[in-house]
Amino acid sequence: MTTTSRTAPPTRTAAGSHAVEASRIGRTSDLGVLATLRRGVQVSPEIVQGLGLTIVLAVLAAVGRVVVPIAVQQTVDTGVLADGGPDVERVVTLVVAAAFALLAAATCSALVNIRLFRSTEAGLATLRVRAFRHVHDLSVLTQGTERRGSLVSRVTSDVDTISLFVQWGGIMLLVSVLQIGVATILMAIYSWQLTLVVWACFIPLVLVLRPAQRRVNAAYTTVRERVGAMLGAISESVVGAETIRAYGVSERVQRRIDATIQATRDAQVRAQKLVAIVFSSGVLVSNIVLAVVVVVGTLLGVDGGITVGQLLAFLFLVQLFTGPVQMATEILNELQNAVAGWRRVLGVLETRVEVADPGPDAVVSPRGPATVELHDVQFAYPDGPPVLTDVDLTIPAGATVAVVGATGSGKTTMAKLLVRFMDPTRGRVLLDGVDLRDIETTSLRDRVVVVPQEGFLFDGTLLSNIAYGLRGADVDAADDVVEARVRSALDALGLTDWLSELPQGLTTDVGQRGESLSAGERQLVALARAYLAEADLLVLDEATSAVDPATEVRIARALDSLTEGRSTVTIAHRLSTAEASDLVVVVDAGRVVEVGSHGELVTAGGTYASMHASWVSQTR
Amino acid sequence: MPARPSSRPQHALDGSVTRRSLQLMGRGIRAEPRTYTAAIGISALFGATTVAVSQVLGAVTDRVVVPALEGDGVARDHVWLGGLALAGVAVTLGVTVALRRIFAGIGYADLQKRHRTGVTRQYLRLPMSWHRRHPTGQLLSNASSDVEAATGVFNPLPFALGVVVMIAVAAVALLTTDAWLALAALTVLPFAVLANLVFQRRMSPAIMRAQGLRASVADIAHESFEAAVLVKSLGTEDREEERFAGRTSELREANVRVGIVRAIFDPVIDLLPNIGTLLVLGVGTLRMRSGAVETGDVVSAAYLLTLLAVPVRAFGWVLGELPRSLVGFDRIARVLDSGGALTPGTRPLPAAGGGARIEMRGVGVDVPSGDGTAQLLRDVDLDIRPGRTVAVVGVTGAGKTTLVSLLSRLSDPTTGAVLLDGLDLREVRPADLTRQVALVGQTTFVFEDTVRSNVTLADDGDPDAPDDDAVWQALRLARVDDVVRALPGGLDSPLGERGANLSGGQRQRLAIARALVRRPRVLVLDDATSAVDPRIEQAILTGLRSRDRTADRPRPHDRGVAEGARDPRADARYSGPTVVMVAYRMSSVTMADEIVHLDGGRVVDRGTHAELLARDPGYRHLATAYERESTRRAADREDLAVASAGAEVDR
Repeated sequence: MTTTSRTAPPTRTAAGSHAVEASRIGRTSDLGVLATLRRGVQVSPEIVQGLGLTIVLAVLAAVGRVVVPIAVQQTVDTGVLADGGPDVERVVTLVVAAAFALLAAATCSALVNIRLFRSTEAGLATLRVRAFRHVHDLSVLTQGTERRGSLVSRVTSDVDTISLFVQWGGIMLLVSVLQIGVATILMAIYSWQLTLVVWACFIPLVLVLRPAQRRVNAAYTTVRERVGAMLGAISESVVGAETIRAYGVSERVQRRIDATIQATRDAQVRAQKLVAIVFSSGVLVSNIVLAVVVVVGTLLGVDGGITVGQLLAFLFLVQLFTGPVQMATEILNELQNAVAGWRRVLGVLETRVEVADPGPDAVVSPRGPATVELHDVQFAYPDGPPVLTDVDLTIPAGATVAVVGATGSGKTTMAKLLVRFMDPTRGRVLLDGVDLRDIETTSLRDRVVVVPQEGFLFDGTLLSNIAYGLRGADVDAADDVVEARVRSALDALGLTDWLSELPQGLTTDVGQRGESLSAGERQLVALARAYLAEADLLVLDEATSAVDPATEVRIARALDSLTEGRSTVTIAHRLSTAEASDLVVVVDAGRVVEVGSHGELVTAGGTYASMHASWVSQTR
Repeated sequence: MPARPSSRPQHALDGSVTRRSLQLMGRGIRAEPRTYTAAIGISALFGATTVAVSQVLGAVTDRVVVPALEGDGVARDHVWLGGLALAGVAVTLGVTVALRRIFAGIGYADLQKRHRTGVTRQYLRLPMSWHRRHPTGQLLSNASSDVEAATGVFNPLPFALGVVVMIAVAAVALLTTDAWLALAALTVLPFAVLANLVFQRRMSPAIMRAQGLRASVADIAHESFEAAVLVKSLGTEDREEERFAGRTSELREANVRVGIVRAIFDPVIDLLPNIGTLLVLGVGTLRMRSGAVETGDVVSAAYLLTLLAVPVRAFGWVLGELPRSLVGFDRIARVLDSGGALTPGTRPLPAAGGGARIEMRGVGVDVPSGDGTAQLLRDVDLDIRPGRTVAVVGVTGAGKTTLVSLLSRLSDPTTGAVLLDGLDLREVRPADLTRQVALVGQTTFVFEDTVRSNVTLADDGDPDAPDDDAVWQALRLARVDDVVRALPGGLDSPLGERGANLSGGQRQRLAIARALVRRPRVLVLDDATSAVDPRIEQAILTGLRSRDRTADRPRPHDRGVAEGARDPRADARYSGPTVVMVAYRMSSVTMADEIVHLDGGRVVDRGTHAELLARDPGYRHLATAYERESTRRAADREDLAVASAGAEVDR
């Protein structure tokens, strides 16, 4: 797979290295704000494309904000209060000129928005896809360190936070900074004393609002937590509907739900109160500033420091501060959220790929009957004791092998090593004599396929789910070709009668996770899929859940056809499977204790023989 | 719980969109009258105060600023007075803004609470048949995002109503000053409102589309990550990346669309009040020349426009939220208007010791399906004597679950009756029924609570709850006591979401303990041991049958006890529960006193394992499925051995 090498380190760590250290998915990247932005831009360079022009346009747009105050000042000083009475002609000229300036600035402003949205959305789309791909490239062990939901949020809500910030806060931030800058310059030209007064009023507000905003944040965190608890309680009333009815505990459940609903309501009201106080203090201060400007300005004006028009222009300019100051804390908050989101996404990208493609030196493993050897294999999960020790085993080409052993004996771990979901901590796993770590990932996946206990089904049709097993050029084959392949697979597995029982046939909608099929039918899909994958080595994790007998027979029949002529390793939970295998491998406490055919092992009278004896007495 | 008297929808809105919108807002306001009276009153005061700010500013300009700067000493001395007046309105404005927001927030939160309580009450009232028709995700979003949507319009509503007052007061103030000036100032307002309206109308669908795509991107990511092992196994990372990238790029386009709508409207909406200000300046100068107005009047009118810029947006917010709110409310109303809750009975069911007698008479169950009704059960007659163990077998879809769920009255039969000790279940008091009939379903449900609460399903300190000894005994019978003992907190250990810290088999055993702790007279096991190891399953079932003899003794380790309890049916004093179980494993089925074979919703045959094997070909097929399979495999092996032996000879 060529794309894997993109994220894989160029050289893998020396084979047989002891450190399979736990690569956890980075919670967040450790970068600071600026470093995060720099790294973020590095990952998605689209974001800064054409940024220079955008900033020039933004400055022009900001200049548009002071058009009205200038117009007010000019109109009043040179028109309205002109010597010899109001000069209408001058005012009209001014007003028309101002109107054109406003239109031009509005156009710039629209262009800024469009350009920013385009570039950031392009960058974020890249970021999403790269993070998504990286999650799939990580080893199953690393993937397992995070809950699925949390991984999903890395490529969805975390990126959405950045996108929403750009859509609102980001634009506001840019506009506010430029607007305050331009307004300050103009104010300073009119009167530096009054400018200082205005700044002196707003700075304390910003300082006071910071801690206040922190309390607002804490309040909203509480709201979110309570909403989470409430939804948890409500979901119990839905998912547990049967249990609640069967045990007549609806009143108790309702009491619990009511308590969480009330708690949510109280948290919401508390948060809203804090927000109201913060917001209204902004309104209060900017109107107080108005009063201060009038008083101080008038006193200054008496000494000829400022004209009427300039003073009035100040009143309008102060308005340009109100919005940004009121929103400043909220914007900074959003900025923090966006940076935190960005860090989390980058955290995924920084997580090392442990079971990596060998890169340019990769060996392409030739197709054909597969022989697998385990040499002196040891495996320990990160920070854990060895779960497999000194495993030496050869799986001959074309043989069906059953691995049996108690829960926790290490059989599943052995299966994972066979397909290189993990690398052994010591020793080697060889496919036709080549170390799995040296084989090109695509080539390995073509030859070795796992059929898990619970076949995963995508929300779609039966056809698309079975066809998921097709690989290589077949993926892009025409619809009728794909359907023909799927039908012939079902035919080969003896599942045509099952298909004919489904009213919608191959177009049957399987539902989310395939839940409109029974557990047994989902296994059938997994088997058909595996058949289409045409692997040389199959690793089957036998299902443990009980299915109805008719389906059971079908599964058994399909398994027989599927394993025909392929090397097959089955993690057996039923001794009937072991009975039917060419070779039985007995695992106990991480060691292979017996290997042989069913007959041999029964005669030998060891662990397997006693397991078998007790099974026979239970079932026959 | 009284039954709903009629099926007439009581919550759904009807009529045109305008009518429905008004209904929605009217009902919300009427639901919380005090909060909304306060919120709207304060908002009106806020509107008036905003206009007052501009008026005071105009007055101060005329009486203080202009004369003082022209050298009027008296005016200069009044500057502090002017400042004080401005500060006064500033404080009033600040207070009204705070109170307006607080009351709007209280109304919003209270309405959400009202909807959520209503919706969840329905979830708990409505029968299982209703739940089966509604996917979990939908019901959860009814209580979360739909409630948020339905109440969304109430957030800006008091503000918007205050702005109506603001505009009225502003119009009066301007008109009393000068009609021309008023005209100049107010011309832009309708345009501003219109621009906001168009903006919101354009924005809502764009945002909804982006939201929909965001959800869909999340769905793909979720599905794909859940399939991580499959993806790795088949090496289909490229295909998954392509799938995800496709939807991501749609989302990107949708987000850009939203951005462009904003990019175009934001400047326009900012522009309009500014144009208004310029108009006021122009017209104002003209009127000043004719002496109709003073400088302060022009300043006041111009300033008013800058103050109105944000508030007029409130109309846009209300109108923009309305479509979403209507959709959200319609979804909630569908839940609230759903009928069909089972009418509870009133007759007591005497809690006699020992198992109960179960009868089904002519039972049929129909459910609505695509084009008509589907019959899940037909003409089922059963009579199960107290203390017997009955297994229900049949292929998938035979009606086994439907049949056994009638015993807990999860739903009522369409025809016929289900009787317990001769009493029709529909007449029995629900509390008596749930105390005496315990059902363990196919999918076990574990509450996010302690082990103890999960077994007793009672609050701590509830005097009727079983004591810890009883809980341990039930856990022992369900063969899960060792698991619980190994948990760090024993009975107090919290179980994670849906029992995440237990395996499937352990969860099922916990659910069985939950049933057993009640000492039920009828125990219904609906494939309740599918994930339990067959040997443990055997032990549990054996334990159940011998329960009353061994209840006070430790677990019966030796099979002898179980064998001894094997045939106590004749014993009149035997007091174990009547057990009805749906089972797939033949080893469990053969333990039953009687087997009921269902097919296509009908009872095909009933009798002992041996009897059915002898006379019921369908049952024979079911029962021998495993055996045939292992025989066939054995034969295959022999063939192979013969063939290879033959090959050896040939060579």
